[in-house]
Amino acid sequence: MFVFFLRRLLVAVPTLILISIFVFLLQQLLPGDPVLAMAGEDRDLATLAALRERYGLNETLPVQYWVWISAVLQGDFGTSIRSGEPILDLILQKLPVTLQLAAMSLAFAMLIGIPMGIVSAVNKGTKIDLAANVIALSGLSIPNFWLGIMLILLVSVRWQLFPASGYVPPSEDFWQSIRTMLMPSFVLGTGLAAALMRHTRSSMLEVLRQDYVRTARAKGLTERRVVLRHAFRNALTPIVTLTALLFGELVAGAVLTEQIFTIPGFGKLIVDAVFNRDYAVVQGVVLVTAFGFIFMNLLADMAYVLLNPRLRHAR
Amino acid sequence: MSTVSDAPDAVLDRPAKSRAWAKFRAHRIGMFGAGLVGFFVILAILAPILPIQDPIATDWGAVRQPPSSTYWLGADEIGRDLLSRMIWGAQASLLAGVVSVGIALGLGVPLGIIAGYFGGWTDAVISRCTEALLAMPFLILAIALAAFLGPSLTNAMLAIGIAATPVFIRITRGQVLSVAAEDYVESARAIGLPTHLILRRYILPNVLPPILVQATLTIATAIIAEASLSFLGLGQQPPAPSWGSMLNTAKNFLAQAPLMALWPGIAIFVVVLGFNLLGDGLRDALDPRSD
Repeated sequence: MFVFFLRRLLVAVPTLILISIFVFLLQQLLPGDPVLAMAGEDRDLATLAALRERYGLNETLPVQYWVWISAVLQGDFGTSIRSGEPILDLILQKLPVTLQLAAMSLAFAMLIGIPMGIVSAVNKGTKIDLAANVIALSGLSIPNFWLGIMLILLVSVRWQLFPASGYVPPSEDFWQSIRTMLMPSFVLGTGLAAALMRHTRSSMLEVLRQDYVRTARAKGLTERRVVLRHAFRNALTPIVTLTALLFGELVAGAVLTEQIFTIPGFGKLIVDAVFNRDYAVVQGVVLVTAFGFIFMNLLADMAYVLLNPRLRHAR
Repeated sequence: MSTVSDAPDAVLDRPAKSRAWAKFRAHRIGMFGAGLVGFFVILAILAPILPIQDPIATDWGAVRQPPSSTYWLGADEIGRDLLSRMIWGAQASLLAGVVSVGIALGLGVPLGIIAGYFGGWTDAVISRCTEALLAMPFLILAIALAAFLGPSLTNAMLAIGIAATPVFIRITRGQVLSVAAEDYVESARAIGLPTHLILRRYILPNVLPPILVQATLTIATAIIAEASLSFLGLGQQPPAPSWGSMLNTAKNFLAQAPLMALWPGIAIFVVVLGFNLLGDGLRDALDPRSD
């Protein structure tokens, strides 16, 4: 397994390098001199010269990339022009908030999406299947920021059941933290639940056609046992893989969800950075997200091998 | 065993194109989706000639007014007609969806064909770049690109188009790989047809159906992405109407004028649902296995 992991890691290296090049090149899109944008309002000549020196902007593009990536590899993503804090510190501060939101959203999506997919597949072609599909398609089509706004209107403004915004760290008050995150994770989890439902349904339909399922039924096993023990266990592999791959969707969805519920996470960091023209922070967030996605891909590959005994023994 | 050619089914006796069309027409959900999309397209096209108010004209006497005979859907925070802004907003949303998918198709399909058909180093380079771009979540990449390009509807469309390109490269490449191995392509090569002719006459028409399905579904994603960028202030700029920017304003008046937030959200939901249903219908109609 370790060798497999190492091999996959090696395959990922060129992709990681390319990602870093893309993220680096983003600043080339800035109209005019990037230093003027980096300096923000603090535009005296000494600051501009210092920034040029720091980022090697008097050098050629490949040298500039080398200077930048060397610093990034040592954990130096630069400094936020807004707060003056190192960007890595900012990212590490905000990341746990988004991870909590992502974990709760994923849990919600799995709790709703997987059972709905199973029920829909087992009842293929019936009204239950149609209803589940309509719900799933609606979940995929609803913009999550609008869902958030509507929930705030109903649940917070009208019924005053949950707070409309804010964040309490779990270390401070665990239950309050869960309570404040319930509505945002419902909003973020809806689209994912729909995607998981559709994936589980097609995966289950594939498995339910197999001979061993027919054999299990012929043996006289109860339908419940056939579906859960024989079919679902085999349909689980692609579902787990997809779940790991939903990481990207979660982080992207978190951008809007955090904005609506004023949650001080990773998503809010990138939006605030965009409006403060804090471009180095934008680059840092994109880079860390992409690296996180590659890491989740690696985990998905490993889960695929672990869950599928045939692949495990083939290795 | 009956073959496709001697099957008694009237649908199967037709050429592939009209067979797909017949299957699509029989797909009720897909047709419903097409109807929803058609409705919004007509509305967007007719926006300049419809007897509606100017979407940016303000009426200080109608600030946050509920629906009335003058303002059918109500008025916004500076007294602009919500119905008119919704109809003009449809134009911005559909334009963003179609143009950004057009950009993604224009970049992605040729690159996918080159990667799939020529293979070797060209394929390796294009595929690695595609993987790298796919590792950046769609919306994060679009936000970053829109941020660096500057906030405007044009830049938002460009950013969404670039962010959607890798999906089309990947799909086209995969399709080309399977089509290029077919006997008729081998024969075309054997009789010495020039590469550009093989690509245009034999490869492109046969890889198009799944790309068309993906394009339809991506328009849905692009419309949500445009609304998201406009909601964040990175897309359509005020006072020009857009469903996303209308929601951004509406969230500040939830208690006083909840309808301001209701209409644009319903519109985004319905049009995106339309494209998703249309995409599902097209997928079923164009899938030869579903015969």
